[in-house]
Amino acid sequence: MIHKVVSVRTFAAVFVALLALTFTTVAISKLDLGEYNFICAMTIAVIKGALVVAFFMDVRRSSSLTKLFVGAGFFWMAILLVFILSDYHSRGWLPRPAWW
Amino acid sequence: MGDIDATLHPTSAAHPAGVRQDLKHHFDDAAQQMESSTLGMWVFLVTEIMFFGGMFGGYTVYRNMYPEAFASTSHFMNVTIGAINTGVLICSSFTMVLAVRAAQLGQKKAIIAFLILTLILGCVFLGLKGVEYHEKWVEHHIPGPGFQYADARYFHQAQILFFLYFAMTGMHAMHMIVGAGLLTALIVMAARNRFSEHWYTPVEMIGLYWHFVDIVWIFLFPLLYLIGHTS
Amino acid sequence: MSTTLPRPRIEAPANYLNVDYGWKSWLFTTDHKRIALLYLFSITAFFFVGGAFAVGMRINLLRPEGVFQHDTYNKLFTMHGIIMVFFFLVPSIPATLGNFLIPIMIGARDLAFPRINLLSWYIYIVGGIFALTAILQGGVDTGWTFYAPFSSTYSNTHVIMAAIGVFVSGFSSILTGLNFIVTIHKMRAPGMTWSRLPLFVWGHYATSLIQVLGTPVIAITLVLLGLERILHAGIFDPSLGGDPVLFQHLFWFYSHPAVYIMILPGMAVESEIIACFSRKSIFGYGFVALSSIAIAVLGFLVWGHHLFVAGQSMYASMVFSFISFLVAVPSAIKVFNWTATMYRGSISFETPMLYAFGFIGLFTIGGLTGLFLATMAIDVHLTDTYFVIAHFHYVMVGGMVMAFLGGIHFWFPKITGRLYPENWARIAAAIVFIGFNLTFFPQFILGYLGMPRRYATYAGEFQVLNVMSTMGASILGIGYLIPMIYLTWAWRNGPISPQNPWHAKGLEWEQSPTPPPTFNFIEPPIVTESAYNYSGEEA
Repeated sequence: MIHKVVSVRTFAAVFVALLALTFTTVAISKLDLGEYNFICAMTIAVIKGALVVAFFMDVRRSSSLTKLFVGAGFFWMAILLVFILSDYHSRGWLPRPAWW
Repeated sequence: MGDIDATLHPTSAAHPAGVRQDLKHHFDDAAQQMESSTLGMWVFLVTEIMFFGGMFGGYTVYRNMYPEAFASTSHFMNVTIGAINTGVLICSSFTMVLAVRAAQLGQKKAIIAFLILTLILGCVFLGLKGVEYHEKWVEHHIPGPGFQYADARYFHQAQILFFLYFAMTGMHAMHMIVGAGLLTALIVMAARNRFSEHWYTPVEMIGLYWHFVDIVWIFLFPLLYLIGHTS
Repeated sequence: MSTTLPRPRIEAPANYLNVDYGWKSWLFTTDHKRIALLYLFSITAFFFVGGAFAVGMRINLLRPEGVFQHDTYNKLFTMHGIIMVFFFLVPSIPATLGNFLIPIMIGARDLAFPRINLLSWYIYIVGGIFALTAILQGGVDTGWTFYAPFSSTYSNTHVIMAAIGVFVSGFSSILTGLNFIVTIHKMRAPGMTWSRLPLFVWGHYATSLIQVLGTPVIAITLVLLGLERILHAGIFDPSLGGDPVLFQHLFWFYSHPAVYIMILPGMAVESEIIACFSRKSIFGYGFVALSSIAIAVLGFLVWGHHLFVAGQSMYASMVFSFISFLVAVPSAIKVFNWTATMYRGSISFETPMLYAFGFIGLFTIGGLTGLFLATMAIDVHLTDTYFVIAHFHYVMVGGMVMAFLGGIHFWFPKITGRLYPENWARIAAAIVFIGFNLTFFPQFILGYLGMPRRYATYAGEFQVLNVMSTMGASILGIGYLIPMIYLTWAWRNGPISPQNPWHAKGLEWEQSPTPPPTFNFIEPPIVTESAYNYSGEEA
């Protein structure tokens, strides 16, 4: 693969962004936003993770195959979480069958 | 300094005398070998995602099951150390990616310098973790026969939550320790002139591993330290 | 007057077997073919260990009074399950036939990571040593499913030792899968496109995906179980606020896809054998290839059907039940395609094909009975009965083990350079088929009548069927022993095999010598035709 070697400036920009996002997420956690605390924290975490994956791990310039495997990994973990949580969440939704 | 035009992993045979050509016999060319290594490392990282995923699943279930106990235990999480550690790991990811970049450019001294910095930062992380664990030990928050919890209403639930805290951060710390060992091996290899701009695959692969361990922490930090803090 | 000529020394050309001698050349090899043989001997040994436990169980079940103490019986079925699942079936075809054949079938000189391949075998052996240690220490009695809180809190057996064995062997499985995925993506010969790959390779690719995505979850589950056993924090213990169903979720997230690890390679072998002995290309190649992937993917979405009576929500159970019906479809597609392959083919009945026929019939029965169990209303009555046991033995033994035996016979000439005795082999195949059905068909009836599984005793009215089952097991055992004898004999003394005794298609038969040299090919192969080109027409 012929690629440019990424500049220090690009990496430094990502680095600063990661630190800034960390600062932001800690600051937001000090406020009481109810449900939105969780949503904000997770959104910021996803953005930070995406920056590391795309820039530091160079996935943005990687082959489609690599991107497919990266996506599949996170998707499979999502399957685990979603299906298990849907069990716990839906307990009690449907009434137990009654004896007629 | 802008991006540099260079052929990454050049396949041409022209290289300085004395640098070993590391093509294994069962590969057709260096490009195939490099792509195989990269794909192999990514497949391994996928297994690591699933490995940690199981614990994230368990943690999420209990957090939702026992919200009051969770709110109670989150007051005992040391956000300061957690935040500093997050910063430390982000710095170490930066130094790691600079080490890989130096390897792409064949800059031996820079490789070693950045790898050593990464290793030091990793050790700082582990040291701070040790401080944190010691705090938990003193407060009798380590699950097991010695566990104590101030609020008797949540004794059992708190023990489960702390169990998962230690399982997740402990597993992460173990991966950091392995990473530190790998970095040490890389530093030795670099010092012995094993890397050149023609072959630096281990640096890149271990870089991927290190960044992955950083990503795990990026998710652990808010889940364990930040959420539930204000309830 | 007669003279006796000296026995001629046959000079074999250099192949992977005679290239080097001595234990170091085997234990430090990186040749995928030698590693395949290391695995073959190891898994065969574990097969007999697991089989010994089965013998103990079936003897105990001859009479309701039994022979063993009930605690001992619990250990028998647990160790039978652990050894057979983790140390025999999961590695079986992939680590032996897959390891041996995949590089050759795609035209490569070795797998992508030969040293990791060897490491994978050593890890398997280490895991096996932990499991054997658990056995020697007195065994484990939790069932191979390690359900909590019995395994985490109340069992007095060496749970952690066995769990470590399973944990370690899981990494062997992961590394094998990783190796196959990278190899199949990156090491194919020129002209070997995905659509020209033998279905054997497709099937192993799908298996490898499952190994890589699923095994880490049981790894972390066993870690949590071990920690809980030591610390008693309560994560799976209801008396301490924990949820045992969480353990079941995490356990089955791997263990259900694991059963597809334990059938897809068998299906992979099946395609190769049926194409060769029908002298016909597999009907619907694309469908068969993609159904392997479909099984791998859908297989991850159905694990809750093991939790129907565990307290899982009705809503989740309905979703899992529905998807469980769906996952039967790609398996059925394969069976239809194999059948269509045979239609108007030129069928011959050599031993591999006999095993292939057995597979189709027995796997179909096993698969259909799985649908019974996927139906919640029926599962409520059949779960934890012998119906379940019969179901999974039909797919795993009637399916996978038959395919394994068929594959061993089919590729025996390629692996050893010798021919096995065909008549003995056919007789053994028939004995296996008869013994298998006599062992497990009565168990469907027993389950339907209500005999629970994992019980050391049973109601008197079930005795006749149990005796039939034990008789069948004896016959089955003989059926397994006979190939052990003649295959071992044939390896040293069988007639030398020609290059392609079956006149089969495929790089391993047509372009690689029999047995292959260390790097598989004399000339690097270039692929110009599709797989199974038995009709000789350009695809």
